[in-house]
Amino acid sequence: MRQRLIRFGFLLITFLAAGAMHAQSGSQLRFCLHSEPKTLNPVLMADESSETVRYLTGGVLMRLNRLTQTLEPELATSWKESAGGKTITFKLRAGLHFSDGTVFSAEDVAYTIQQLMDPALHSPTGDSFRSAEGKVITRVEGRDRVTVTFPAPVVGLDKLFDQVAIMSATSPQKELAVLGPYYVAENKAGSYLLLKRNPNYWKHDASGAQLPNIDSIRLDIQQNRDIEMVRLARGEISFINSLDPEYFDKLATQAPGTVHDAGVSLDSEQLWFNQVPTSPLPAYKKAWFTSTNFRRAISNAINRDDLARVVFRGHAQPAVSWVSPANKVWFNAKLQPHPYDQKAALRFLANDGFRMQNGVLHDRDGHIVEFSVITNAGNKYRERMATMIQQDLAGIGIRLNVVTLDFPSLIERITRTFDYEASLLGLVNNDLDPNSQMNVWLSSAENHQWNPSEKTPATAWEAEIDNLMRAQAATLDPKKRKKAVDRVQEIVWEQEPFIYLVNKNALSAVSKSLHNAHPVVLHPQVYWNVDQLSLGSEVAQSR
Amino acid sequence: MRWVRIIAIAFLVVVSMSCLLANFVAPAPYAYQFRELPDASPSRQHLLGTDSLGRDRFSRLLYGTRVSLLLAPAAALFASILAALIGGSAGFVGGWLERCVMAATDLFLSLPWLFLLITVRALLPLNIAPFTSVLVTFALLGSLGWAAAARVICADARSFSRSDFILLARASGSGGFRLLWRHVVPNFKPVLFAQFWIAVPVFILAEANLGVLGLGVAEPLPSWGSLLRELESFSSMSGQPWQFFPLILLIAVISCIHLALRKQEPSL
Amino acid sequence: MRRLAMHIARLVAVMLLGGLLGATLVRVAPGFGTDESDLDGRLSSASIQALRQSNANHENIAIFYFHYLGRLVHGDLGMSRTLGQPVRQLLADRLPETLKSVGLGLTLAWTLGLSLALAAVVSKKSYIDLFGSFLAGILLCIPAAVLAILFVITRAPARLALGLIVFPRIFTYARTLLFRTASLPHVLTARAKGIGNARVLCWHILPVAAPQLFALAGVSVSLAFAAAIPVEALCDLPGIGQLAWKAALGRDLELLVNLTMIVTAVTLTANSASDLLGHVSHAGEV
Repeated sequence: MRQRLIRFGFLLITFLAAGAMHAQSGSQLRFCLHSEPKTLNPVLMADESSETVRYLTGGVLMRLNRLTQTLEPELATSWKESAGGKTITFKLRAGLHFSDGTVFSAEDVAYTIQQLMDPALHSPTGDSFRSAEGKVITRVEGRDRVTVTFPAPVVGLDKLFDQVAIMSATSPQKELAVLGPYYVAENKAGSYLLLKRNPNYWKHDASGAQLPNIDSIRLDIQQNRDIEMVRLARGEISFINSLDPEYFDKLATQAPGTVHDAGVSLDSEQLWFNQVPTSPLPAYKKAWFTSTNFRRAISNAINRDDLARVVFRGHAQPAVSWVSPANKVWFNAKLQPHPYDQKAALRFLANDGFRMQNGVLHDRDGHIVEFSVITNAGNKYRERMATMIQQDLAGIGIRLNVVTLDFPSLIERITRTFDYEASLLGLVNNDLDPNSQMNVWLSSAENHQWNPSEKTPATAWEAEIDNLMRAQAATLDPKKRKKAVDRVQEIVWEQEPFIYLVNKNALSAVSKSLHNAHPVVLHPQVYWNVDQLSLGSEVAQSR
Repeated sequence: MRWVRIIAIAFLVVVSMSCLLANFVAPAPYAYQFRELPDASPSRQHLLGTDSLGRDRFSRLLYGTRVSLLLAPAAALFASILAALIGGSAGFVGGWLERCVMAATDLFLSLPWLFLLITVRALLPLNIAPFTSVLVTFALLGSLGWAAAARVICADARSFSRSDFILLARASGSGGFRLLWRHVVPNFKPVLFAQFWIAVPVFILAEANLGVLGLGVAEPLPSWGSLLRELESFSSMSGQPWQFFPLILLIAVISCIHLALRKQEPSL
Repeated sequence: MRRLAMHIARLVAVMLLGGLLGATLVRVAPGFGTDESDLDGRLSSASIQALRQSNANHENIAIFYFHYLGRLVHGDLGMSRTLGQPVRQLLADRLPETLKSVGLGLTLAWTLGLSLALAAVVSKKSYIDLFGSFLAGILLCIPAAVLAILFVITRAPARLALGLIVFPRIFTYARTLLFRTASLPHVLTARAKGIGNARVLCWHILPVAAPQLFALAGVSVSLAFAAAIPVEALCDLPGIGQLAWKAALGRDLELLVNLTMIVTAVTLTANSASDLLGHVSHAGEV
């Protein structure tokens, strides 16, 4: 009897200890989304909030490790590219289940790919794979093997699957049945989303305990960044991604261990001039904006160091070209940011017949050099940059008018009516491979912002960029691709269709109660390893 | 209380003179960026410190006061006059005219005028002078801000139109516009003053919010509204209390306007 | 009965007109039919063109509105383009939140505003009037965003911010109306005859000022709804104010038409009720 009691007691203690070791029952991670997710369908997700939900719930075949920037197997144990990058074959993990218990198989991968590549869906993720017109063929070879063949080679093919969350072909829950660490348990419109741990998640930690460590995640819809800061200070949320520089500095003095500057990110801020020939601008302004000398002069007249130091409080660095220095593989290290040099600016302008008169710049026909720059209202950093550029250009006699517009009005001007002179916007870049910017650099593309959808390249240098971008997309040889991309960066640096201003740093704030967080440069910065995060009392985080 | 009124008037005179003489009083141009000193604390060189771009706050306050103190009361006056004319006429005449006008007023209160403002911005050239942009903004605010007061004035006018002194005036041969102007409108003054006094700070703040639509004051011209927008940040809540000076000044000016214009009111 | 029916018919007609005018304002505003996907570098040209085509559906506003009314009769309020959900569901989820906020806000504003105004009239002390005016002045000058942050920092219910935004108007108008009525000859006569303050207030001041106060009450409802937009947007309260702001930024025609009609209906109802009460109180006074 006594022995039975002792055995029972031992078992009870072991059970309790196991529960305590697992340690996170009832634990909830909370952070904010800045807008409501537009869709929970993983193939249609395009906005940041929806992509956050996809990252937290979606199971992918391979995952780009945001820390090491290498591709790691996930649902696929191995993969092989063939036919010059047209075909990829996956060997899948066996014995996995979706969150609702539906069995995972190669059929699900085939189904997901077919959905993704449906041309009627216009999926942004799907378009990333679309290197040419034609049908994508999927071939299921048994339960755990599937081959996908594209109509043309796709560069960086394997890394693109980091964005493809596998959906179930047979589950009655459709896209709500997931393979990731969490599933969407509750969605209160306009208020929050509650994600709960996936009971069938396949990953385990080193000790064999099932991941994720944290039981649930609550994503509060919070547009106001100031209130987000208050909530972090109060301990209501665990971290802030993409922290504003002024909040970074404030938190750095109040709670030094909570802020992280992961270094320069892939994001950039740039200014460009309207070079659309059919725009409703007067001819003399079109002549200014299409002149390389004019653009180089503007670039030289802007003090990028001041922009980085004053607007971003040192948490940014002057930008060089369209590839950020954070992209160590593809960045052209031979290039330097254009220096702040008013004399050089005036020389460039003099080449085109501009001259100063009583401190005001005139063109060769006597027009005062005055133009406007539009940017989206509500982004105080862009508004400040525009105001600083206004003073910089005043130094060479140019009058710059800063106009802030609501986003739809701004989009209409730069994509439909072309009724603008210059625009200041930023690029949020999640992809290391430069091929992801094909739709910006091809002259025939819609996102060729300064002169979209050209029937033929308007200039020789744009034609050269077209050739180079197509060449890098047509080969898998990394050296050839690097050479082509380096040359595109050089051309952009010389011609300045986009005047790159700064690359911002990746800033975040993480509560000390969140363990195992290692904020990185690539999105999603803080929670890239969400299944390994844990919550506890405030102790020093392991690094 | 007379001394309170005198002090209020004197304060308003000092503020008005300071902003009118801003060119001489301001220690630095309002647009100049002292880039080595962003977010500086108050000092002898910068009495209210500098803003996030290193611009002298005191200079910007002086020039901003000039813009707001001139245009916001003008817009408020315009809105009050519109309210008086529309509401007063409708309530006084009564009948189907009153019903139609009040239905139009209710409609006016309900429509999303945000889109009209966006459309107006689209019609204006991008290279518009900052002061012209401000002028257009306040004109729009004045033409859109009359509806709420018009309703109250309409009810007022309706009551007056049935009162004994109006009956007496009619019996004495007064009628039409003369009756309205000589006997009814003077009784609207207190309500119109209330409308005016409310509208001034509302329009000042609204001008800042219209920056979202591309209207309002364009950089680098300051206004009270744009200075107050700096407060809309958690980081300004502590550590930089001098940022609240424009708010304190606005409260002081609004209070002084009220004290200067109010009469000694009878109580029971 | 006939008059009531005509009055209701008038309200419905004005409401429908409001919906049409609101839809027209949205349709002609720049940025209509655009989407952030226009700037998505991942999308191919074909995809961008197709998305633009689908966003450009509401070409003719009259035809759109006609179809909308047809669907409205069957209870179908359309689909929100920006949020991808049925408008009916969105409104059902969010309208109660706004009604709560507006209700609380108006209660606070009227309680505080009318109390202070009455106290200023009744009291012989001018400092009460000065205090009320000063408080109203301060609240008029504080930007809504600053109020919202203050409420969050102090953990006060953000809904009450609505009350503080509407209070200055209530107090200022009510104070003005009551003081003006207190200076009328019949009130002076009543005081001269030795009638007490409470009786003078209840029998000689309030009934005379009632029509204007009722008008103010009607207007305060639309003011509260207008104030709900920035408060809900800033504090992220999931009401129709926040919805209206998102819909405006996204030029979501279906959502905005419905919201305009709701606001018009509420405004018309509140103001009609206040007009009716005003007429009744005036008739009673006579």
